[in-house]
Amino acid sequence: MLEVRQQYSFYGILLYIGATIFVLFNAMDTPESKVWNGLFWVIQLFVCINAVAKSFLQESRGRMLYFYSITSPANFVLAKLLFNSLLMLAMSLLSLLLFTLFLGNPMQKAGQFVGLVLLGGWSLSLVFTFLAAIAAKAQQNAAIMAVLGFPIIIPQIVLLMKLSNAAFAPLLTISPTTVLLLIALDIMVILLAVILFPFLWKD
Amino acid sequence: MTEAKNYMYKPWWKITGVLLLIYTFTAGLLLKVPALPALQETIRNLYFHVCMWFAMMILFTISVVNAIKYLRTLNIKYDIYARQFSIMGIVFGILGYITGAIWASYTWADPNKPAYSSFSSIARDPKLIGAAIALLVYFAYLILRDSIQDMDKRARVSAVYNIFAYTMLFPAIWILPRILPSLHPGNEGNPALDVKNDISGNMRMVFYPAVIGWTLLGVWITTLKIRIALLKEKKMMS
Repeated sequence: MLEVRQQYSFYGILLYIGATIFVLFNAMDTPESKVWNGLFWVIQLFVCINAVAKSFLQESRGRMLYFYSITSPANFVLAKLLFNSLLMLAMSLLSLLLFTLFLGNPMQKAGQFVGLVLLGGWSLSLVFTFLAAIAAKAQQNAAIMAVLGFPIIIPQIVLLMKLSNAAFAPLLTISPTTVLLLIALDIMVILLAVILFPFLWKD
Repeated sequence: MTEAKNYMYKPWWKITGVLLLIYTFTAGLLLKVPALPALQETIRNLYFHVCMWFAMMILFTISVVNAIKYLRTLNIKYDIYARQFSIMGIVFGILGYITGAIWASYTWADPNKPAYSSFSSIARDPKLIGAAIALLVYFAYLILRDSIQDMDKRARVSAVYNIFAYTMLFPAIWILPRILPSLHPGNEGNPALDVKNDISGNMRMVFYPAVIGWTLLGVWITTLKIRIALLKEKKMMS
């Protein structure tokens, strides 16, 4: 979609991840695992806003009209969700890699943590894709994305932090119910997006 | 319109609300309460603090119902309803924080230090976070509304956000506090609705009427604001 047409925006996000983590690297030595965890999810949040927001904000009016004429709103939003999920999964893996390279590796259960990172990236991308669709309708949309999104994403971030703290400590176990809860939330977001997007669509 | 007018202009529920509040204030301050450790007489705040949150949730729910109604009918009236109910919900949420802060300064705060220095540890409580999320979401809702000029577009977009945000609020308010550790009472089961082992029967006699009373007061204020908004709307149209 957009990232394929405008490749500079894709490289822009890659550079954004790299630059942010490099700044962090210069700002502090290897942080302890709790700080590492907190920083990691906050960076993920900002990466997600930057990566996903583009998908609606930079589409021109004419192109939206073109999409409108060739497909139904449900299909369109599902395609956007899918594409952004894939994009965000790739970004999550990249930032995880850079984090472990620059800031040390506090992971005790690496496999589980990678799974959590993917799940978290997916959740973030779903919520922010839909919010980008809303924000695209408002003026000064970049700022409004954060205002709209942060309160909504807090519960998920809190759950993710809790789970990933468990992945850092050898004694704690990751509770499967919380993972299921996150997945259920993601599915709910998809459903809501499919139901509500048609109302945003017509202009 | 007629159906809405009916309930908005009928006096019976306003009188009920006022009577229930008078009852709340007199009975709530005079009736016997169980003397619990650490709580003592501050438990009377239950009739005010907890009711604020109940009223807030009910008002936000009414707001969302109106947002759904708007998307189904595209009648601008429901958009005005949704907006006014959400504003009143925010007011009750802030009142809930104020009453909660007073209560916490007597029960949770470290008595050896000034009350504000316990703030950051108290604010970590999941229930407080959940409530903060609710308020932030509805502040964001108001900002989103005002940033769109076109009236129909504004109504549609903000209704969509209202529904989306409200649905995402459920985990924050009703699930998170049960997963995270908390000092706040009411972690097991359904807070304040558990008949068997929650508050004593004596207090329930005051608490439930108090909830209804405060909610009716909130609805009353909102209907007044809705009537003003509708009048302005009419003026603009003509």
